[in-house]
Amino acid sequence: MNRQIVQLFGLTVVLFGVLIAFTSWWSVFDAEALKDKRVNSRPLLEQQQIERGRILAADGTVLARSVPKGRGEALRYVRRYPEGALFGHPIGYSFVREGDSEFEKFHNDELVGEGSELGSIADELLGNEQEGNDIVTNIDAEAQRVALAGLEAAGFGAVVAIEPSSGRVRVMASNPPYDPNRVPSELTELNRNLLERPLFNRASQGHSPPGSTFKVVTAAAGLDSGAITPETTIDAPGTIDVQGQPVSNSGGQSYGSIALDTALTNSVNTWFAQLGEQIGAETMFEYMDAFGFGSTPAIDLPSDQVYASGIFAGDELLGPGDPIDVARVAFGQERLLATPLQMAEVAAAIANGGSLMRPQIWSRVVDPDGRVTERLDPTQYSRPIDAGTAAELTAAMEGVVAEGTGTPAAIPGVAVAGKTGTAETPFNDSCGGGSGENQAWFIGFAPAEDPEIAIAVSIECTTAFGSEVAAPIFREVAETVLDNEGS
Amino acid sequence: MSSARNRELVALVPVALLLSAGFAAVFAQENDRLGDASLVYGAYFLAVCLATHIYLRLRLANADPYLFPLAALLTAFGLVMIYRIDADLARDQANWFVLGLILFALTIRFLRDYDVLERYRYTIAGAALLLLLAPRLPGIGQQVNGAYLGVKVGPLAFQPAEFAKICIVVFLASYLREHREVLIVGARRVLGVTLPPLKHLGPLLVVWGASMFMLVFIRDLGSSLMFFAAFLALLYVATGRFSFVVIGMGLFLVGAWFFASTVPHVHDRIEIWLDPYQNPATSGYQILQSIFAQADGGLFGKGFGQALITIPGSDNALLPAAQTDTIYALIVNEAGLFGACGLVLAYLLFAARGFKIALLADDGFSKLLATGLTAVFAFQAFVIIGGVTRVIPLTGVTLPFVSYGGSSIVANFVLLALLLLISDRARREAAAPRGAFAVGGA
Repeated sequence: MNRQIVQLFGLTVVLFGVLIAFTSWWSVFDAEALKDKRVNSRPLLEQQQIERGRILAADGTVLARSVPKGRGEALRYVRRYPEGALFGHPIGYSFVREGDSEFEKFHNDELVGEGSELGSIADELLGNEQEGNDIVTNIDAEAQRVALAGLEAAGFGAVVAIEPSSGRVRVMASNPPYDPNRVPSELTELNRNLLERPLFNRASQGHSPPGSTFKVVTAAAGLDSGAITPETTIDAPGTIDVQGQPVSNSGGQSYGSIALDTALTNSVNTWFAQLGEQIGAETMFEYMDAFGFGSTPAIDLPSDQVYASGIFAGDELLGPGDPIDVARVAFGQERLLATPLQMAEVAAAIANGGSLMRPQIWSRVVDPDGRVTERLDPTQYSRPIDAGTAAELTAAMEGVVAEGTGTPAAIPGVAVAGKTGTAETPFNDSCGGGSGENQAWFIGFAPAEDPEIAIAVSIECTTAFGSEVAAPIFREVAETVLDNEGS
Repeated sequence: MSSARNRELVALVPVALLLSAGFAAVFAQENDRLGDASLVYGAYFLAVCLATHIYLRLRLANADPYLFPLAALLTAFGLVMIYRIDADLARDQANWFVLGLILFALTIRFLRDYDVLERYRYTIAGAALLLLLAPRLPGIGQQVNGAYLGVKVGPLAFQPAEFAKICIVVFLASYLREHREVLIVGARRVLGVTLPPLKHLGPLLVVWGASMFMLVFIRDLGSSLMFFAAFLALLYVATGRFSFVVIGMGLFLVGAWFFASTVPHVHDRIEIWLDPYQNPATSGYQILQSIFAQADGGLFGKGFGQALITIPGSDNALLPAAQTDTIYALIVNEAGLFGACGLVLAYLLFAARGFKIALLADDGFSKLLATGLTAVFAFQAFVIIGGVTRVIPLTGVTLPFVSYGGSSIVANFVLLALLLLISDRARREAAAPRGAFAVGGA
């Protein structure tokens, strides 16, 4: 019988080996995937016991903080948003049952004080309790307030303001807003509100035709590639024929032989359509990509809440080699869709002498003892155009605000560079299907000679033009930021 | 002559260290909630262990030196985990530990000549069946989670399956000792398969069939699996016929398929095992939370007292049955993969010592009894750890010596007493020169 007993022990070894193999699989190899399961609330419940750090505006205004509930074993922290709906975008929310979103989600590790695996083992051995860090953002609380108030008066839409030299995001407002404090009780209703879509961040996710603001990109490609100089003239009649369909100027106006400044100031479609054909689709894509189109903006928000801009066939982003109507792309039509964030990046790149900085909402991480543990190190995302092109383009954009379609954006005593846009979006379901609906835009920066702020304003479902509804919001937000900078 | 006992004493030292460290860790972690009592518990536990050790010196001087320290280690580990869940539960468990040791001592005192068990084998088999049937009896039976596991007579509640497993092993060992020769010799080859003679296999099949039926009847799947595996293991060791095991497995698969398709309770258990994500908030909750708790443990665990067992701010369980069925998941969460490996290793060492006793034992009954007791113990650990780690469907058996539960602790100490009795005789005979049996003993 001894042989069988030894065999039985062998079987026991094998069986126990299987137990160790399965335990290893669950506890180590598959652990990360299990922690990410939607039905697994354990990680969130545990994080709830850590005092999550605060989120602050640049001036120290508290945007999110945690308040304790219960005692002892039942102690947990619940998130509060003192400013209510004002910073619902882009701060987002973080709750155990409802999950998390936007900035709260992206910066979760810092906010709960989660370090590297090795770091946490060291902490455990030393008996250090996990503590959350505060994050100070770049957001200008007052400018955010001005932006949202302006949007609420104008209609659904978004404002993004970026400091061109650093990529610091000073304003990111989306209307209609939502109050994150109400997410625990109203998440279902907020999700079901398909008309207003309050949880949808129109600044980073709102796709709409950029209209004439895109002419700035076309002009940049034309100047930088050498296709034109600021002096090159192109004949711009009231209507031209492109691929069998007419392209007309606003009001059918004919301009004759004009150069870039006149064409941009008066937003001349026939001029830009011809420039687009001259540049060609391949070069156009090249410059679009350099400005950030075609990929998800490198901002500190979750990738599923930031949409790439570009030319779309359905859900699919088109690229070089795909058949496009480059003439219509050149003045912002075709199947072009852009987010306010993307258009703010375009303005910021031109304002910063052709260098596009990575847009970032966070500024620094502060540990519970008040030490700054991490600080934003502004980095360049790309360099779409050189400084000379940027200067030439700035001059043309100053003309738009000084004497063209963008005059409502003018700030007394400050040179402003900008471009309006009004894309017709008739029969849009999200606007109620009316025939006179427009997408109104303004992008620009100020002061033109030494830009401190670059802004994109987008208003959906409006019967007004970009110059009428978007440019005034630009002016108010820019004035607020410049006042704060000066003080 | 007591070198075995000296080794036992030395082996108790790491147990003492682990226990002290464990209680100190829980104490340091939760000193706001728990009083100084935790340290007193530690001292109390060690004193009881020491008393048992002295008793073994007097009564079973030659018995295996490592089994009792291993059992003490597992109990200490369990006590620390249970203490960390609820100090009141740990006090109960400590009392049962003492009760278990009293039965352990009585077993050693009165069953020194354990061969008498052979004489009462049919009585014992009948007792096993009665024990298994008891939870379905009106008035005393109790249903827990759809299974009839408990019996309650007055203030005394217990789980009879824990005691039935010892009775069944005793019966099987005794019966197989007598009939193993005829089972081997009488085997016939039919269509290339070696079949056991039905005449002698009959009583075995009846007992097995009856216990299987009742296990399905009382719906205790975990015990059913464990009994069946022990039955096959003993049959194989007794006869050396692998074909018997294959036939048995075939019978089991047919039975499993039959019960899975006819008994809703069994069917549900298997469905949950195959796809726990189907109803993550209800039927799949326990196994999923058990796996999520393990995922949270990682290599080193979160430390004693750190795991979440209830949803903070409510009484709802995040890890259901943390002190019994899913205690292994709690251990992985708090002690990590390394801690879990240590625990499984302790069970493996226990099994190794148990099988060693079977190898050393001289007579057939001792060999089969030691094998059966060790096998049923090891399979029980496998069934519950395997259930919690989704190797097999999750069923409600206890983790021997570790899980909260009086019946489990007491029954396993009786099992340990039997193993030590067999070991003492075997090692005494091995140590003594032939023909001088009378010399040894205390």
